[in-house]
Amino acid sequence: MTSVVDADSLLAIDIGSVNTRALLFDAVDGQYHFLAAGMAPSSWGAPFFDVGEGVHLAVSRLQEITSRPLLGSENRLQIPTQPDGSGVDRMVVTMSAGRDVQILVMGLLNDVSLDSARRLAATTYGSIVEAISLNDTRRQDVQLDAILRSGADLVILAGGTERGATRSVSKLVELLLLAARTLPTEKRPRVLYSGNQVLARKIKEVLGKYTDVEVTPNIRPSIDLEDLGPATDTLTRAVTSLRGQQMSGLDALAQLSAAPLTQTAYAMGRLIRFLSELYDASKGVLGVDLGASSTTLAAAVAGRLNLNVSRPLGMGAGLAGLLQQVQPEQLLRWLPIDITPGEVVDYLWQKTLYPASLPMTSTTLAIELAAAREILRLASNQMIERYPALNMTFEPIFAGGAALAQAATPAQALLTLLDGLQPSGLTTIFIDPYGLMAALGAVAPSNSILPVQILESGAFQNLGAVICPVSDARPGTTILRARLVFEDGNETRLDVKQGSLVPLPVRHGQTARVYLEALHGTQIDPRRRTSGGFKIIGGVCGALIDARGRPLALPEDPGRRRESLLRWSQAIESRRPA
Amino acid sequence: MLAQVTHILGLTNIRRTRTLPVAGRVLVSPGQRVHAADVIAEADTATRHVLLDVRRWLGYTRVDEAERVIVRHEGERVQEGDVIAETGGLFSRIIRAPSDGVIVTITAGRVLMQVESRPVQVLSGISGVVTEVYPERGAAIESSGALIQGAWGNGPMVGEGLMVILLKTPEDELQRTDLEVSLRGAVVVGGHCKDPEALRVAASLPVRALVLASMSSDLIAVARGMEFPIMVIEGFGRVPMNEAAFRLLTTSDKRDVSVYAPFNLAAGERPELFIPLPTTGQMAPDSVYFAPNQSVRIQGEPYRGRVGSIVQVRPGLTVLPNGVRAPAADVRLEPETQVIIPLANLEVIE
Repeated sequence: MTSVVDADSLLAIDIGSVNTRALLFDAVDGQYHFLAAGMAPSSWGAPFFDVGEGVHLAVSRLQEITSRPLLGSENRLQIPTQPDGSGVDRMVVTMSAGRDVQILVMGLLNDVSLDSARRLAATTYGSIVEAISLNDTRRQDVQLDAILRSGADLVILAGGTERGATRSVSKLVELLLLAARTLPTEKRPRVLYSGNQVLARKIKEVLGKYTDVEVTPNIRPSIDLEDLGPATDTLTRAVTSLRGQQMSGLDALAQLSAAPLTQTAYAMGRLIRFLSELYDASKGVLGVDLGASSTTLAAAVAGRLNLNVSRPLGMGAGLAGLLQQVQPEQLLRWLPIDITPGEVVDYLWQKTLYPASLPMTSTTLAIELAAAREILRLASNQMIERYPALNMTFEPIFAGGAALAQAATPAQALLTLLDGLQPSGLTTIFIDPYGLMAALGAVAPSNSILPVQILESGAFQNLGAVICPVSDARPGTTILRARLVFEDGNETRLDVKQGSLVPLPVRHGQTARVYLEALHGTQIDPRRRTSGGFKIIGGVCGALIDARGRPLALPEDPGRRRESLLRWSQAIESRRPA
Repeated sequence: MLAQVTHILGLTNIRRTRTLPVAGRVLVSPGQRVHAADVIAEADTATRHVLLDVRRWLGYTRVDEAERVIVRHEGERVQEGDVIAETGGLFSRIIRAPSDGVIVTITAGRVLMQVESRPVQVLSGISGVVTEVYPERGAAIESSGALIQGAWGNGPMVGEGLMVILLKTPEDELQRTDLEVSLRGAVVVGGHCKDPEALRVAASLPVRALVLASMSSDLIAVARGMEFPIMVIEGFGRVPMNEAAFRLLTTSDKRDVSVYAPFNLAAGERPELFIPLPTTGQMAPDSVYFAPNQSVRIQGEPYRGRVGSIVQVRPGLTVLPNGVRAPAADVRLEPETQVIIPLANLEVIE
């Protein structure tokens, strides 16, 4: 394995549950640039059960687009670059494809170590199939049956603060030991021990006779301190390995890769953490990946990352998870058209059968964007529930996923993100149209220059600067007085009423300084002072003040609701350059 | 570009591999002829255990003291009331098996008994001949006949019987009143179904299997609760049966067929209706690349379920009427209508 620090060109492969992408980066005039993306259907499932075919097709497509030969004889990837300019210097691979890893979480107390184990499990593509703690009143043999029935691939065992409880943890280990002795060798779950380190060696010795045991630093070193970071690294490696057993072709890619294969969510999290260290520490950075099977939110403030994968919750097979969590009316409320709940639900269930299919009409596109809004709402609510110290105030927000990247207009993507995430305060929203986030996160530890230069290169599309004040005032009340001062000295003033979505006269790439006067107790941004004015840069949708309220309350009357949706949509569309 | 494939074939050879999720017993041998509902392999999976804490119950402080009085061994089968541990002496204290079972393990002065198990069975799914056996796991079965794959199934159940076609046109809807008592034991093919009561009536007859053109998604939960296979050809919502499947089915009325209705997209498990035929066909590919003249089925409104043929795969990206950009193909529908469809919304019919 080699470092990518001095690499000139980089091929990043991302194997998704529906599509596989091949992304090419290269240095031009001493600066890294994103050159092109090739995409093909993923082949990890039937009929291939081998990621290789999808990767080969995505790279072939990339070859066609760039006219740069990347595949050599027998269609092998040429690494490093050949004297004739063909091939590529380095490759990194990320993946979100594969079936859910079934996770059993064990801890001492429900709301302490077990909760931490749950949060750790939610950083990856897994499902918690069983949870056992000391609060569990079931008999031990009943708990054992529950473990056996769960079909767990992986156990996260937490508990005991540093130099704290050991006997109680030993009871949990005894139970695991019984399960391991009962199960056939190939069905025994791996164990990730993330508890009191005093017991680590003994647990590895005892359970290690039956299954693979990995030890991580304690995720709950004290009652009031949680540290998931190092355990997340180990968990990601375990999940990559477990998913690698479900499909062929990963070993061959791993041999060519400049960094270990990693999970897409983890790599995206790493990028967001990295950016939060680069940017103003008082602001947080949010990354959103609206995938086909899962939705990942990565929020980082001053280098501290909170990563949450909601699953099944996505725009393909993950729609089944959405439909189990929301009523049809919650989807219908986002549709500016008259349609029956049955039609909406039938369409979305059908999409679970054909997750790669695209909306061909305005109606079906509207249904998908309504589903995207609800998925983002559920995912962000779940994130806030898991990490109550967070609020939806981030600057900037990066969003990716086919539904957003393939939206017919940037305005649709922006409105979907605003409606779904409902951020507050000042933010700038970027879309990741080529799915670069995971690739940049995968390469960041060994080449920190590449992600920074790619971000500065415009490969991410700035949708717009958005100001989302929070106010309890009644709709129609003026809550903000805004003054915009442009670089040429021109000024514009406007009043903003509660309940409105107001486009600002800022063009794409134009800079303006904004001075806001908050009225009626309106809060402009909980994380920063805005009294001296602040600078904004217009995106492709310009700049906006979203004063529709948090949480966003839509009119009850269907007619008025549709009118509002159309008005908001037109407000943003009107700011787009022709 | 790689295409999704769906099989609607008047005559083909098929090979299906059926395996257990855990090691078990294979019940067939190479060359054996099997029916679709035959069990190919089975295994027992433990469902309930009882833990007998000999050390604690008999009041020992040390594990070795407890293990000395345990009179059974791992793997031993015991019956309810059998002695598990006995202290001996004048006032011997005894721990007995609470029910019939097997001693799974003895550890730390405790005896773990498996007291209930459930058989896991793998069905053949098609009528044919066993061509290969995988020891302890399962077998491959081969056959020839007509094959129609569905978009959704309610679970890995098999139904075999005489096929009765209830739909006269691809647009027909299955009403509960269509399900007369004469259909008992039949594999019934209907159109669209939106009435959960129709499924319940089908269960009460009972039918051997139900094949629908399409189904309202409201019925998913009810369908999953049924103990007979339900195969949905087009999927959810009101969609007529595609012309290719309609033609094949209506010309095969009153034939003996089997329906197997598993559904697991990633594992490649799709529901299938199979009509065994004595003639040998050719094996159909499970993956192809898009090319002109291929017969395709369209997913997504406004052409959902329509069958056409590819005129050309368009270069680059095409902007659809709703503004979405995607790789696409020109598809000729019957009669002479040509439409642009994203490749992601096409399934090649092979």
